[in-house]
Amino acid sequence: METILKVNNVEKYYGSRSSLTKAIDNISFQVDKGEFVAIMGASGSGKTTLLNCISTIDRVTSGHIFVDGEDITKLKGNALNKFRREELGFIFQDFNLLDTLTAYENIALSLSIQNVSASEIAKRIDKVAKELDIKDVLKKYPYQMSGGQKQRVASARAIITNPKLVLADEPTGALDSKSAKMLLERFDYLNKELEATILMVTHDAFTASYATRVIFIKDGKIFNELYKGNDSRKEFFDKIIDVVTLLGGDLNDAL
Amino acid sequence: MLFKLSIKNILRSIKDYAIYFFTLVLGVAIFYIFNAIESQTVMMNVSASTYDIIDLMNNMLSGVSVFVAFVLGFLIIYANRFLMKRRNKEFGIYLTLGMSKRKISFILFLETLLVGCVSLVVGLLLGVVLSQFMSLLVANMFEAKMTEFQFVFSTSACLKTLLYFGVMYLLVMIFNTYNVSRCKLIDLLNAHKKSEKVKMKNPWVCIVVFVLSVAALSYAYWCVTGGATELQTADKILLPILLGSLATFFIFWSLSGLLLKICMSIKSFYYKGLNSFTLRQFSSKINTTVFSMTVICLMLFVTICILSSAISIRNSMTSNLTTMVPADIQLDKTLDLPSNGKYSEGRVEDSKISVRETLEKLGFDVDRYFKDIVEFDLYASNDILIRDTLGDVYEEIANQFPFLAYNAAETFIKESDYNKLALLYNLEPVHLNDNEYVVVADFDSWIQIRNQSLEKNTPITINGITLTPKYTSCVNGFIYMTTSHINTGVFVVPDEVLLHYPRETGLLVANYQATTDEEKEKIEQLIIDTSDSPYAVNTDIEASTKLSLYENSIGLGAMITFIGLYLGIVFLIASAAILALKELSESTDNKERFTMLRKIGTDEKMLNKALFRQIGIFFLFPLVLAIIHSIFGIKFCAYLLETFGKDELVKSIIMTAGVIVFIYGGYFLITYFCSKNIIKER
Repeated sequence: METILKVNNVEKYYGSRSSLTKAIDNISFQVDKGEFVAIMGASGSGKTTLLNCISTIDRVTSGHIFVDGEDITKLKGNALNKFRREELGFIFQDFNLLDTLTAYENIALSLSIQNVSASEIAKRIDKVAKELDIKDVLKKYPYQMSGGQKQRVASARAIITNPKLVLADEPTGALDSKSAKMLLERFDYLNKELEATILMVTHDAFTASYATRVIFIKDGKIFNELYKGNDSRKEFFDKIIDVVTLLGGDLNDAL
Repeated sequence: MLFKLSIKNILRSIKDYAIYFFTLVLGVAIFYIFNAIESQTVMMNVSASTYDIIDLMNNMLSGVSVFVAFVLGFLIIYANRFLMKRRNKEFGIYLTLGMSKRKISFILFLETLLVGCVSLVVGLLLGVVLSQFMSLLVANMFEAKMTEFQFVFSTSACLKTLLYFGVMYLLVMIFNTYNVSRCKLIDLLNAHKKSEKVKMKNPWVCIVVFVLSVAALSYAYWCVTGGATELQTADKILLPILLGSLATFFIFWSLSGLLLKICMSIKSFYYKGLNSFTLRQFSSKINTTVFSMTVICLMLFVTICILSSAISIRNSMTSNLTTMVPADIQLDKTLDLPSNGKYSEGRVEDSKISVRETLEKLGFDVDRYFKDIVEFDLYASNDILIRDTLGDVYEEIANQFPFLAYNAAETFIKESDYNKLALLYNLEPVHLNDNEYVVVADFDSWIQIRNQSLEKNTPITINGITLTPKYTSCVNGFIYMTTSHINTGVFVVPDEVLLHYPRETGLLVANYQATTDEEKEKIEQLIIDTSDSPYAVNTDIEASTKLSLYENSIGLGAMITFIGLYLGIVFLIASAAILALKELSESTDNKERFTMLRKIGTDEKMLNKALFRQIGIFFLFPLVLAIIHSIFGIKFCAYLLETFGKDELVKSIIMTAGVIVFIYGGYFLITYFCSKNIIKER
């Protein structure tokens, strides 16, 4: 299997010498092409910091991150922007759609900044809209859409550039359970049918159970790792809950 | 404790306050500078008649200052409202912490006080420094000799500035207190969450409104240019002004929707880079800012017209002088007053003799002090009125211009007299055959009227002799020396025709027997002294001299320039500041959007370009329409001020453009750099 993401001994410290906080304490793992990985952990465990480092929004204190063989911790300035727009797709908890643009325009934006022609944009949006079932909201503005629709539009924006890696930060965090389920089924489809590689951060066991692998983080370190293998989603969910219980009460509020 | 909080608030939001503060300082400085002109002119070494006009100018400047204070006061309250809006959340937190509304008002009071005091001090310092340069300009304008540099500080201007701005700041404080007492906690805390709904206007409605507005605007334009001659009364000018203002509003309203629709339909343009984002940013804002856009556009329009007209009037006034006032002195008196008891016997007696004889009776030696003397009479009587000389076209013209004095007596001059005068004045001489006449005029609208009748070959009959026009148009020329083109028409006719025609005015035009300015001033003083002669009670002799006309004209020109500059600059600053503040106050919303764009990997260069374009369009939009307005506005101003001459219009328009580029462009750049700073990643 081809390795898409390789995280090597990454550390991230905050604060000064006198009061040092280790947000990430020597984490290493890798993600292969076509995997759907969930990172679980309580608030403050360092999972979002890790995602920020991978997405180059934040810088690591030490260690290396390789995306498709390229060391992204060495990238600077416009090379960083280029990497972000060409190799990565982002999905945020609060959608981060531009409120002044329609769904169509929001999706188109990630292509137009890559100088893709208008006709090509139209073709690709048409395709992705079918896959994510958002054809009838394309003309709407974010304030006219439900949370689930917004997140699917954001997902469309993330995957339309055919990124090597899709990063999702608590994608179901702001959704009701029905919308969350629908979104995750779409993620499953993207992963299985389109072979999108997805790395998702969540504190919700139900959300994590859609992944093919779950990495648990506690206090900046990897605590455990679970593979779905041939389990059904229900069985995988039970296994995740076991680990969560083991992790301590921190995550119970998520159930 | 509250004082500390106020200071910290100001220091923290110094970036937001910067442009507000800058505008305040500029406003204070300008206010001081123009009010300090009074004390600068007092120091100047100028003649008495110039002093009169300086006095008039200072009175007008202080009158205009009241108006300027209103504009600035409006600006300050408006700007303040913006800054308050941004701080809703902060006030919400204060309230949740249990601070009373009275205390919050007090914090705001302290802040306004601090900002007010500092801006007043800095503004006054800047004003005092700049007014030293202004004094050079003042001296230059009045052509006064600056013997040595004097540092001038005007206490009265300083006190006046303090008073006016003190009142404005007081109003702001009252306004703030009122606002705070009215607000609700829930609204304050949620203020930032309210996202504006994007409303797309119906394109068909937009097109209809746009077409109607353009039609209304075109009509208003036509009213002030092609149909300007119809605008005889003040209430008629109101229609084009009202139409123009309304049309401006609706053009912005419809264009904001239409422009986006058009751009959206050009897909290859719309979906290129951040174009869709920039356009949406603009249109989402213009929906709510149509009104202020209109106000700004109209203010810019007024600024452009005031500045270019004021500069042009001054320039052409001075350039007119050499041709319009070719001789040193012109004396005139009414001849042949009727002895019907209205006038004293002495005056009736005196009106029978010529100017020269009257001067000699006054004890003035004409031949000793004057050279190049031309003496002649003008003839007029109620036998021939202006309406008579217009012939067949009178009815038509009277309908078009109902308020002109058609029943005034027409003025005539002998051909030989006119040619003598023309020689002295450097005008084209007139050569008439028998039974011919020529009309000499230099007032443009009157020339047009008279040409209509000349084209019809209208004959006139004097003393039984019928004359026909030599030319189909008026000859450019004048009889009286003035600073403006106001000769409505004088008929030059063969000498013998006027043999028994009643005289109206006796004139004497001459140069002084002098070479230097000092000698000329001495002669002029001698003429003024003749009014001490006992014979003076019997005379009504009038004198126009080159020296006095010159001084009046310089003074008038300077006055118009200063008032124009004052109003123009204040208007310009006010409109640019409103735009800048509007743009900056929305930078927090923008910040989130730009952060998001950065997250999906947009290049910094692309972001900056989008920001530059966004602010650029916002500044350019009202300016472009204002410039289109001004093309017609300036034409109308030129029509109104045609007696002053309009030779220097191009030069003054270039100077106006310079001022606008400097101030408006400056505000644009400051706004861009401030916004760039705000959207920058920490």
